[in-house]
Amino acid sequence: MTTLLLVPILAPAAAAATTAVIGWRRLSAWAVVLAAVSVLACGIVLGFRVGTHPQVGLGHLLRADALSVTMLIVVGTVGTLSCWASIGYIDHELAHAHTTDRGARIYGVLIGLFLAAMSLAVLANNLGVLWVAIEATTIATAFLVGHRRTRLALEATWKYVIICSLGIAFAFLGTVLLYFAGRHAGLGASALDFDVLRAHAAHLDSGVVRMAAGLLLIGYGTKAGLAPFHTWLADAHSQAPAPVSALMSGVLLAVAFSALLRIKAIVDIALGTGFMRTGLLVVGLLTVTIAAALLVRQHDFKRMLAYSSMENMGLIAIAAAAGTTLAIAALLLHVLAHGIAKTLLFLSAGHLQAAHDSTAIADVTGLLARSRLLGSAFAVGIVVLLGLPPFAMFASELSIARGLAGAHLAWVLGIVLIVMTIAFGALVHNTSRMLFGEPAADAPLVRLSGAAGATLLVGMSACLMLGVTGGPLVHLFHLAATTLGVSG
Amino acid sequence: MSSTYANAIDLTAGGFMLAGVMIVWRRELRSLVRLLAWQGAALAAFPFVEGIHQHDGALVAVGIAIASLRVGLLPWLLRRAVGAEAEDRRESTPLLNTTASLLVAGGLIVTAFAISRPLVSLDPSTATRAVPAALAVVLLGVFVMVSRRRAVSQAVGFLMVDNGIAATAFLTTAGVPLIVELGASLDVLFAVLILGVLTGQLRHTFGDTDLDQLTELRDL
Repeated sequence: MTTLLLVPILAPAAAAATTAVIGWRRLSAWAVVLAAVSVLACGIVLGFRVGTHPQVGLGHLLRADALSVTMLIVVGTVGTLSCWASIGYIDHELAHAHTTDRGARIYGVLIGLFLAAMSLAVLANNLGVLWVAIEATTIATAFLVGHRRTRLALEATWKYVIICSLGIAFAFLGTVLLYFAGRHAGLGASALDFDVLRAHAAHLDSGVVRMAAGLLLIGYGTKAGLAPFHTWLADAHSQAPAPVSALMSGVLLAVAFSALLRIKAIVDIALGTGFMRTGLLVVGLLTVTIAAALLVRQHDFKRMLAYSSMENMGLIAIAAAAGTTLAIAALLLHVLAHGIAKTLLFLSAGHLQAAHDSTAIADVTGLLARSRLLGSAFAVGIVVLLGLPPFAMFASELSIARGLAGAHLAWVLGIVLIVMTIAFGALVHNTSRMLFGEPAADAPLVRLSGAAGATLLVGMSACLMLGVTGGPLVHLFHLAATTLGVSG
Repeated sequence: MSSTYANAIDLTAGGFMLAGVMIVWRRELRSLVRLLAWQGAALAAFPFVEGIHQHDGALVAVGIAIASLRVGLLPWLLRRAVGAEAEDRRESTPLLNTTASLLVAGGLIVTAFAISRPLVSLDPSTATRAVPAALAVVLLGVFVMVSRRRAVSQAVGFLMVDNGIAATAFLTTAGVPLIVELGASLDVLFAVLILGVLTGQLRHTFGDTDLDQLTELRDL
C-alpha cells in the first residue's frame, strides 16, 4: 500500500531527475508524461482500495482517503494532458528561439517537481508537511511562470512569488498556532496529524483555534485564488506558458483549496460549523463578485480564462461553506470538470497565442471557420464553463445550488445566481466574437501539429465522458464528503 | 537560575523586536541586511536559551543550525543582491517618511500585544509571554513589504515575517516537529534564492529594481 502512496510523489521526481541529467529530449519528455499517467493510475487503483478507512503509510506521514484519491485523479488527468502538450510547446519555443536547451531542461525539471509537490500535498497526513508541499509548488512554478523571460512575465513572476509566499507564510503561522493548541491539549509530537487533530478537536482551546483558522483561511485562500489576495492570479496565469497555466488553473488552485477542506473538518468540530462557514462565505462571495466584474470588461482571452478560474474557486468556496454531503460531493465533481475544461481552454489559448502573437480578444476572429479542431476545442471548453448540459459542470452547479438551498442559504444562492448570470453573459459575449462570424482578412493561418490536435481531441473526449458517465466517480465523491465528517 | 532564564528570554525578545523597529527606521539597504542578521541571531537565541534551560541538546543544536541559516547564509545572499546595485540605488524608497513609519510601527506593536492575548492566557509561561514580540515582528515585516518599493527591501520584509513566525513557534511549542522545520527552512532558502535571481533579472530587463515600474499588467 505504501508503494501506491509513494509512486505519485517519486515518479514525477524521478522524471525531473532524468531531465536534469540528460536534458529535455524525447526520452525525458515522455518520462514526464509517463509520470503524470502513473499519478492518475495510482489514483484510480487507490480509488478501488480506499473505503471509509483511510490508508496510512510511511510512519503516518502519508495518507490516502477518498479526498486524496479524487485530487490525485485531477492532478493525474490535467498533468497528463499538460505534460503531453508541453512536448509540442517546447519544440515550438526552441524552433522560434524563444528558449534555449538550458531553458527547456529547466522547464522539464520544474514541471516534474511541480507534479511531485502537488501529489505530496494531497497525500500528506500532516498539516506541516502539507504546508511544505504547497510552498514547494510556489517554488517550482516561479520560474515556470517566468519561463518566457519577457518584461511582462518577469513582472508576473515577482508578484506571484511575493504575494503567494506572504500568503502561505500566514498559513504557517496558523499551523504553528494549531500545533500550540494541540500540544496544550496533550497531543504530543503528532499534534499536526490530521487524524489525531480530528479525534481531539473538541479539546482544543477555542480562542487559539479561532486565530489559527483565520490565518489558515487567508493563507491557503491566497494560493487558491480567493479574494482579497487574488491579485497575482490573472497575471501569473496569463503570462505562464499554456501547459503551465493549465496546471495552475486546473489543479493547483484546487489542491490549495483541498487543504482548506481538511482544515474545515477540524475547525468545525472545535468551534462549531459557524466560524468556517462565515469565513468561506465572505471570501467566496467576494471572489465571485470581483471575478464577474473583471470578466465583463476583459480584452485579453488568457486573463478571461484566469478570472473564470477565480469565479469557479469562489463558487467552490461557497459550496464548501454550505458543507452538506451533497454540496461537498458536487464541489469535487466541479473541481474535476473545471480542471479538464480549463486545461483544454488554456492549451487552445496557447495555440491561439502562438498563431496570432497576441492574447487580445479583438485579434481573434471567426475561429470556427479557420480551424475546425481548435475552434471546437475552445468552444467545448467554454460550453463546459457556461455550465450547459451534457457536460459535468451542469450537474455540479445544479447540485451546489441544491446544497445551498438544503443548508438554508437561499440568500447566498440568490446572490450567486445573479453574479453567475453576469459572468455567463460576459463569457458568451467575449467568446462569440472569437468563435463565430467571418474571419478578418488578415487573420493568420492556424496550423496544429498532429500531437497538438490529438491532445485537444483527448481533452474534448474527457469533458464529454465525464459529463455523460460520471457515475462511478459520484460514489467516490460522496465517500470523500463522508470521510470529511460531513453529515446530512 | 530561573530568573536568569526569564531575563534571557525577555532580553532576547526585546532585541528581536528592536531589530524589527530599526529595520522600519533605517533606509540604507546594507544596514537593513545587517539588522536582519542581528534579528536572526536573536531568533537563534530562543531555542539556544530554552535548550540550556531544559538541558536539551537537540534544541541547542537547532539554535546553532538556525544561526548558520539566518545569520550566515540568508544575509549573505541578500548582501550579494545589494552589492550588484549601483551605488546611488542602495537606498530603499519608503512610501512613508521616517516619523510616520515609526508611528505605524508603534501602532502595530500595540496591536500585536492585543491579538496575542488568547495565546498568553492559554499557557502563561515565561516563553509564551514573549510571543507578542514575535507577532509584532510579523506585522512589522508585512509593513516593510507594503511600504518599500525596492526588490531587496521586500525580500527583507518577507524574511522578517518568517523570523517572527519561527520565533512564535519556538516560544509557544519549542519548535514544530523536525521534519516540518527542515522543510520550512528549505522552502524559505529557496524562496530567497528565487527572489535573488529575480532581482538580477529585473535589473537586467528594467535597468532598475524599483518595483513601481511593475505596472504593465492590469485589467482595464
